[in-house]
Amino acid sequence: MSVAAPTKVTPPARVITTKPRVSDQIFRAIVTAFSFSALVILSLIALFLLLKGFNTFKEQGFGFITNFEWSVTQDAAGKDVTHFGLQAMLIGTVVISFVALVIAVPLSVLTALFLTFYAPERVKKILVTIVDLMAAFPSILYGLWGFFVLMPMAVYWAKLLYKWLGWIYIFDVPDPVFSRSPFIAGIVLSVMIIPIITSVSREVFSQTPLDRVQAAYALGATKWGMIRAVVLPFGAGGVVGGSMLGLGRAFGETVAVFSVLNIVFRTNFHILFTQGGNVASMIIQKWGEAGKSEISALMAAGLVLFGLTLIVNFLANAVVNRTVKSGR
Amino acid sequence: MNQEAQTTQNGTQMSEQQNTTPSSLSDVAANRAERKVAGTVPMGTGLEARGVHAWFDKHHALEDVSLDFSAGTVTALIGPSGCGKSTFIRTLNRMHEFIPNTSMAGQVLLDGKDIYEAGIDVTKIRLQIGMVFQKPNPFPSMTIGENVLSGLKLAQLKVSNHEELLEECLTRAGLWTEVKDRLDAHAGGLSGGQQQRLCIARALAVKPKVLLMDEPCSALDPGSTLRIEETISQLSKTMTIVIVTHNMQQAARVSDYTAFFLSDGGPGQMIEMGPTNEIFSRPRDQRTENYVTGRFG
Amino acid sequence: MSTTSVKPIRPWAPSVTDRAMTALSVFLAALTSVVIVATTPMKGKIAYFFLFFIAWFVIDSIFIVRKMGAKGIRDGLAAKVTLFGAVIVSMAVFSILWATISRGVKGLNLAFVTENMRNASMFDPIGKGGILHAILGTLMLIAIAIIISVPMGILTALYLTEIKGRAAGLIQFLVQAMSGVPSVVAGLFIYAAIILNTPLRSSAFLGGLALTILMVPTVTRTAQEVLNLVPRDLREAGLAMGATQWKTVALVVVPAARSGLITATILGVARIAGETAPLLFTVGVFDSYNFNPFKGDQGTIPTVVWRGLLGGTPESVQRAWSAILVLLVVVLTMFVLARSLGSRQPKK
Repeated sequence: MSVAAPTKVTPPARVITTKPRVSDQIFRAIVTAFSFSALVILSLIALFLLLKGFNTFKEQGFGFITNFEWSVTQDAAGKDVTHFGLQAMLIGTVVISFVALVIAVPLSVLTALFLTFYAPERVKKILVTIVDLMAAFPSILYGLWGFFVLMPMAVYWAKLLYKWLGWIYIFDVPDPVFSRSPFIAGIVLSVMIIPIITSVSREVFSQTPLDRVQAAYALGATKWGMIRAVVLPFGAGGVVGGSMLGLGRAFGETVAVFSVLNIVFRTNFHILFTQGGNVASMIIQKWGEAGKSEISALMAAGLVLFGLTLIVNFLANAVVNRTVKSGR
Repeated sequence: MNQEAQTTQNGTQMSEQQNTTPSSLSDVAANRAERKVAGTVPMGTGLEARGVHAWFDKHHALEDVSLDFSAGTVTALIGPSGCGKSTFIRTLNRMHEFIPNTSMAGQVLLDGKDIYEAGIDVTKIRLQIGMVFQKPNPFPSMTIGENVLSGLKLAQLKVSNHEELLEECLTRAGLWTEVKDRLDAHAGGLSGGQQQRLCIARALAVKPKVLLMDEPCSALDPGSTLRIEETISQLSKTMTIVIVTHNMQQAARVSDYTAFFLSDGGPGQMIEMGPTNEIFSRPRDQRTENYVTGRFG
Repeated sequence: MSTTSVKPIRPWAPSVTDRAMTALSVFLAALTSVVIVATTPMKGKIAYFFLFFIAWFVIDSIFIVRKMGAKGIRDGLAAKVTLFGAVIVSMAVFSILWATISRGVKGLNLAFVTENMRNASMFDPIGKGGILHAILGTLMLIAIAIIISVPMGILTALYLTEIKGRAAGLIQFLVQAMSGVPSVVAGLFIYAAIILNTPLRSSAFLGGLALTILMVPTVTRTAQEVLNLVPRDLREAGLAMGATQWKTVALVVVPAARSGLITATILGVARIAGETAPLLFTVGVFDSYNFNPFKGDQGTIPTVVWRGLLGGTPESVQRAWSAILVLLVVVLTMFVLARSLGSRQPKK
């Protein structure tokens, strides 16, 4: 004969509290306060750029972002007549960043695939060191190298591109001047962003679930067949996130772009032609001789750049966090 | 004793009429053996392992295993965990070499030819010797239909009629009626048992001669397990099957032959191999008897 | 009975024949590209490169098809293309390194690192004047940046790993956002906030502040990773002994992560040592020694490079290359240091 178990009554859970010691409270307060410094700094940046650029926003209105002309002249009465329009530089930023992505993303993905699936152990160590080294190079070094070493070669390539593919709009040029073009700036930028895209791609590729990899091989797949069926679908999100991080970096690049690009306030989609610019390098270019009103405009430009990179980086980190860090 | 089991088209529950309820593993195995005798002439290809060793780095994991898998039979590999069953089965389709720093010795003959011969195309071998894994692993980025046909795509095999092959493989795997209306749905929406049957269908699509199964039911509920065991019985009519299992009842239900693996702290060895009902009723080795009677493991 | 004389083999490893075939196809491909370049109007490194790639692909495919059939062609192509991707990237890096070393070395002499530019102009021939003032200026900037950003970064990391308060998600997001701030914006900000609003003018101190904005996210992120590696048992042991949280953190956790935190600092310094844009707004340029970090323009290595580049003459450009070589040596040394420290972390 079995006895039924007595009916259970679960008591309510006890609320556990501890009162932290005073020293701990102070500790937590200090640490928390310092962590919010990030928030403080970012807000201050936005605040001060807005304050100092306010006049420009007031005078130019929305046209600051949409207009194309940037000039400081004086009218007959000696008063400043200013036109500040960022549009050409915004477009230029997008153009050279796009060129950079087109070059950097395939090269980074290929390198990441090579490192994760093909490279023998010793080669892998050396190559990883090389890629990390790239990330440590100062941007002015890229400017120097871009101007003195890369440009002669890139001008040659540009001429080839023009010769064989000049019928395509972007490869056409109004004049055969090929130095300091968006094409060259794009190449320099691509070399600068390859490390970050490669490292994020590598991380996501190496997280490919082993059971799917084995399933592909067990079906008689070759290595490339397995990569196509399993690794690339799995890693696509991470590659996108890494590319967006690279894009954010490219948007804000200053001295490297300045060194290899002829900054002109005109929209130019002929990437082989010597005309272009991005907001960051424009700020540097104009700063030296800027009068009061122009300084305000440059501050406003800085704010726009800040907002732009903030948005891109926010999206990029969201994608990377979701796909790479969580190991989906 | 009544013999024939009723098998319905889609592998749904068989009903058997027995005069005595099986009261031991050996009875179960004996029942199966009798059913087999009255069944069709086995087809398929023979697989033979001769003197197979396996190492992980310097660690000798598997020692001198020789087994003959006759065409059209189901062989179960049993034994406590860690004694090399999974390692052994992975030497049979050359999956062992994917683990870094591994090595092996010996031969594995498919139709008389050593699959480890120099210059051989290993991807072709894996087409002929398929594998189903412990944890169901359909490709989540593909639909159900695409999953089944993925082996063809990977091997760049041309097939004239995709729909026919899809239906055939899913039917043989016992999944057709459940998914025939949603072949375009993503594979991730299926239950564990369904996913495993999808993996079986996927393995069948490339028409292997041998199917290796590494504890295919250990991650599944009993209902799914039973369905898959029925599938195995059906499949064994046209191919050779090797199944690793740590569930002795399953071995008794499903296999014609059983091989017992054991490791005494050193490399794993194959202790004894024989017809299943003999292994469970009259094992020759004392260690086998200790294991099947539950004294350890 | 087991035979202990069985030798382990790896039949899947590339055999001697395989390797010979690869070597043969590489050789033939190189030969083909040389022949084609010699006999057609194609020229230049780029021609060699692409011809070699195409020839290698074609020749190797013949070998592959014999062994594996049609699907092997794509597999072989993929292997070659990924290799070429990695090679191109490596070539870019070597090109940069080689250019820096070969060009920079020409302008390096004792004077270069022991004098300043007070009595020389960058257009003067090499041998006159040096960048010692710039080296000092850069070191001053780095010191100021370290003093501010390392405590800030480590404390923020501590919040994220030890306290894990409700704002942790927000703080994490903010740190990530901060790492995306363009360097020129950091410089503009300091100018807008301080130079335009206070009596303070260009100085090393302001430059250090601008660099701090760029350095804190790097320090925080690395410190966070390193602190997370400290095993939980250590913290629990400290707390179980009755220590307060801050004592546990200060006396157990932080010392355990010490080498990693040093790595975090070094990585942060490497990040900012070469920054140019922020300095143009906050530090100015100067040709002589200035030992006051709070007052007056400073010479810094990046601005020396910048001005040399803009100067345009062979002499000024030479100075730029030599200065960047000095900077690169410093950055790479820190880089190597950080890695060797990082790899000496306790693996438990």
